[in-house]
Amino acid sequence: MAETIGFYTLSVLILGLAVLVVTAKNTVHSILFLVMNFLCVAVLYVVLQAEFLAVIQVLVYAGGIVVLYLIVVMLVNLKGEAEAHQDPRRLSVIGLALAGAVLLELAGILVYSSGSDAAVPSSEAVASPVQGNVEELGWLLYTDYLIPFEVASVLLLVAMIGAILLARREV
Amino acid sequence: MDLIWLIPVLPGVGAALNGILGVRYFSKTVAAGIACATMGGSLLLSVFAFVQLLGAEHREHVVSLGDWIPPIPLQTVNGLGAFEVPWAFRLDPLSGMMILIVTGIGFLIHLYSSAYMSHEPRGGYVRFFCYLNLFCFFMLTLVLGSTFLVMFVGWEGVGLCSYLLIGFWYHKKSAADAGKKAFVVNRVGDFGFVLGVFLIFFTFGTLDFREVAEAAAQLPVETATFGVLSTICLLLFIGAVGKSAQIPLYVWLPDAMEGPTPVSALIHAATMVTAGVYMVGRNAVLFSQAPMIMTTVATVGVVTALLAATIGLVQTDIKKVLAYSTVSQLGYMFLATGVGAFAAAAFHLMTHAFFKALLFLGSGSVIHAMNDEQDMQKMGGMKLYMPVTFVTMFVGSVAIAGVPPFSGFFSKDEILYRTFLDNKLLWGLAVLTAGMTAFYMFRLIFMTFFGEYRGPSWGSQNGDDHAADDGGHHDDGHAHAWHGPHESPSLMTGPLMVLAVGACVAGFVGIPAALGGDNAIEHFLEPAFVAESAAHSEEGAHEVAHLSHAAEIGLMAFSVLIAAFGIALAYHLYVRRPERSKELATNWAGAHRVLTNKYYVDEAYNATLVKGTMGGARGLWTVDRKVVDGAVNGTGWFTRASAWVSHVLDKYVVDGLVNLVGWVCAEGSYIFRRGQTGLIQNYAVAALFGVFTFVTVYLVARFVGL
Amino acid sequence: MMEITTVHYTVLSAALFSIGVIGVLVRRNIIIIFMAIELMLNAVNINLVAHAHRLENLVGEVFVVFVIAVAAAEAAVGLGIILAFFRNKETVNIDEMNVMRW
Repeated sequence: MAETIGFYTLSVLILGLAVLVVTAKNTVHSILFLVMNFLCVAVLYVVLQAEFLAVIQVLVYAGGIVVLYLIVVMLVNLKGEAEAHQDPRRLSVIGLALAGAVLLELAGILVYSSGSDAAVPSSEAVASPVQGNVEELGWLLYTDYLIPFEVASVLLLVAMIGAILLARREV
Repeated sequence: MDLIWLIPVLPGVGAALNGILGVRYFSKTVAAGIACATMGGSLLLSVFAFVQLLGAEHREHVVSLGDWIPPIPLQTVNGLGAFEVPWAFRLDPLSGMMILIVTGIGFLIHLYSSAYMSHEPRGGYVRFFCYLNLFCFFMLTLVLGSTFLVMFVGWEGVGLCSYLLIGFWYHKKSAADAGKKAFVVNRVGDFGFVLGVFLIFFTFGTLDFREVAEAAAQLPVETATFGVLSTICLLLFIGAVGKSAQIPLYVWLPDAMEGPTPVSALIHAATMVTAGVYMVGRNAVLFSQAPMIMTTVATVGVVTALLAATIGLVQTDIKKVLAYSTVSQLGYMFLATGVGAFAAAAFHLMTHAFFKALLFLGSGSVIHAMNDEQDMQKMGGMKLYMPVTFVTMFVGSVAIAGVPPFSGFFSKDEILYRTFLDNKLLWGLAVLTAGMTAFYMFRLIFMTFFGEYRGPSWGSQNGDDHAADDGGHHDDGHAHAWHGPHESPSLMTGPLMVLAVGACVAGFVGIPAALGGDNAIEHFLEPAFVAESAAHSEEGAHEVAHLSHAAEIGLMAFSVLIAAFGIALAYHLYVRRPERSKELATNWAGAHRVLTNKYYVDEAYNATLVKGTMGGARGLWTVDRKVVDGAVNGTGWFTRASAWVSHVLDKYVVDGLVNLVGWVCAEGSYIFRRGQTGLIQNYAVAALFGVFTFVTVYLVARFVGL
Repeated sequence: MMEITTVHYTVLSAALFSIGVIGVLVRRNIIIIFMAIELMLNAVNINLVAHAHRLENLVGEVFVVFVIAVAAAEAAVGLGIILAFFRNKETVNIDEMNVMRW
């Protein structure tokens, strides 16, 4: 029962904050709502027994990326209204309608197909030599997923260099 | 004798020096010096060569300077022949005599010109001597040339120089026109000459004079037929007619008097115009084989002589009289060749060169003295002012009139005698001409030197003393003011005196047997006129036609009588009773007018040939303009029209298609282009629409069941 | 109140994703659009973690780690582009970023 209450509470928080992020007039407010949203998601991860991800979520998302956004907002330093100009040809209403329709359809699909595949235990529960969420994750990352892991690190390196190049004042 | 090639080359060098360097750098003295020195050198060489020739056993010498045209295979009548022309010069009695005449008289005239032309500005003076030297170069090439082609080089060259010198005062339209006329009329003759040369090569396969003569001697005499030899001779004779101013091509020679007087003396009296006679003599063997052409030559010669003499009777321009006299005397020479008396022709050629050059130079002296006045009606009494000129010209006139023992008497009587043997009618005409010759020459003398002075008065009219004083020490200052008639400078009278001596004694080389001589020149020249192979066999045949000495002397006496009558008539009409000549002119107005207008030959030529040519040219021009240009323009118009059609097609059909494709693309793309707004979010909407479609399809497939 | 199952999580995930999509499509401030994209990535992450939980298999969580890495890279490069663009055009309005058209 507590889990149910917790889940709905978190769900309302997450969705509400997400709506606030999208609708906020002030960009800084939007970022603050985003931070809170990320923190809620981290809590959700804890509920789902993914402690390491929860930590990563807090550290990387709420701590790193959002600070990055904040810094960019500071740097951009808008004088006028950010969204003053609106192109008459944009299809916002259609996009809104389509997005709602897709959500409804997905929800319908999920709700009506939920019985068929519920609680299928993994037949391939690999016997891991370590115990605990963090240890197992670490094990996986440094054994089976070593190469993707390294590729991800190269990706980050490239992104770093690219960001530096793009943000440099004089080329 | 091996240096005879230097004889023509020396004046050529002089001409090159004067022409290339002289016109810019040489003074008058240097230019005249070079010209006279080269001519003098040529004269000396000629004399040496001639003396050597006299001493030689075989009186023929050929010097070849090497190939001009290397052997070229060409078709002849006897199959393929080698067309080969060396730069060869031939010295034989005929050319020996000619080079003496050309260099001798040429040298004297060079000397004379250096004084006569002294009024010219420096450039014109040097140019004059350049031309004169060039003329001598070509003339000597002509007479020394050993083949027809080398001769032709000289032939054309003298024609060129004649043109240049007649038109020497080119700023005078009449002089320029006269030069053109001479050149064009000569072209007619040269055309015949060239055709003759072609035919000679085609017939004999060689162009060497001696070889042609030998070959021709082997052919039968064309008494009744008009064969290839006759054709050759006719063509060559056309060339000679053009160059030697015979009917019908004589019209250029009187006009050629527009040139400076020394030029008239050298080119149009002594040398170039005799080239035709020389050429016929050179080909004596050929002509001997064609009797029909010989008759033609004789007839043309005597008719020319008579006609020119009649015109000469009434001319008042002193040089025109001499010009017609020259034509007439050339007619005599052709008459001689026509009756087979080649040696007599050459003899007369020589004596004529002396006395006609003398007369021209004398007239030049008079003209000079009269400040370029040529009309005899404005002269008179000149013997007081210029005694030397008077005496020398008188000698010349006596010589041309045929008074013994002057040179003209011997040569002319030789011709008359040989003509008498051949044809009595021709003889009669020739004697009549001789009488006229005497008349018009003495008319000239009497009008010029006797009677009252009729010329314009001069500035300081202080009488005869002044003019007499002026005679000796004449200088270049003369040009600025005319002080009345006066004797010419010694550079001019000197040649006159030398030529006068020549005119006196030149005849003594040909004293006929009837008068106790041995006709040396005839024997000397004879080898040049017969083929070598025939020389000995025909020795006897030559002596066939013969009159007794008494009859010959009788003929001489008759012609002298005729000449004397002519002189007496002239004296009567122009000295004793000058008014009678005018009465005659009025009484016989018609004839007088015809003669004064030279039988209207020029007018006739103008009306027929010149007009015809011009008309033809104009017609052709019209054809050219209308038809050829029309065709060209039509082509152009057609091209433009088709281009226009093509342009329209291109513009509306081809471009239309291209534009249609473009328009279809543009219009067709409009609908697609509308989608390309550049708004990123619209693209995202499109992607979302894809997702929506995908999910919808899934949903329908899953739950509705398809 | 029923038990909370994976379906709940996936519906939550779908809703969060849809909110992100709406944000991307509707907002014109490019920074907020980027934030909406972060929301969508989070929705995916939730989905992955939920299923990993259900299947008791940590491979899903490994994917989340990679997604987070990619998100970090995306944020860095995207914000760099925004900065460069802003320096040239003095705007962050995506409607003015329309140079890629005819």
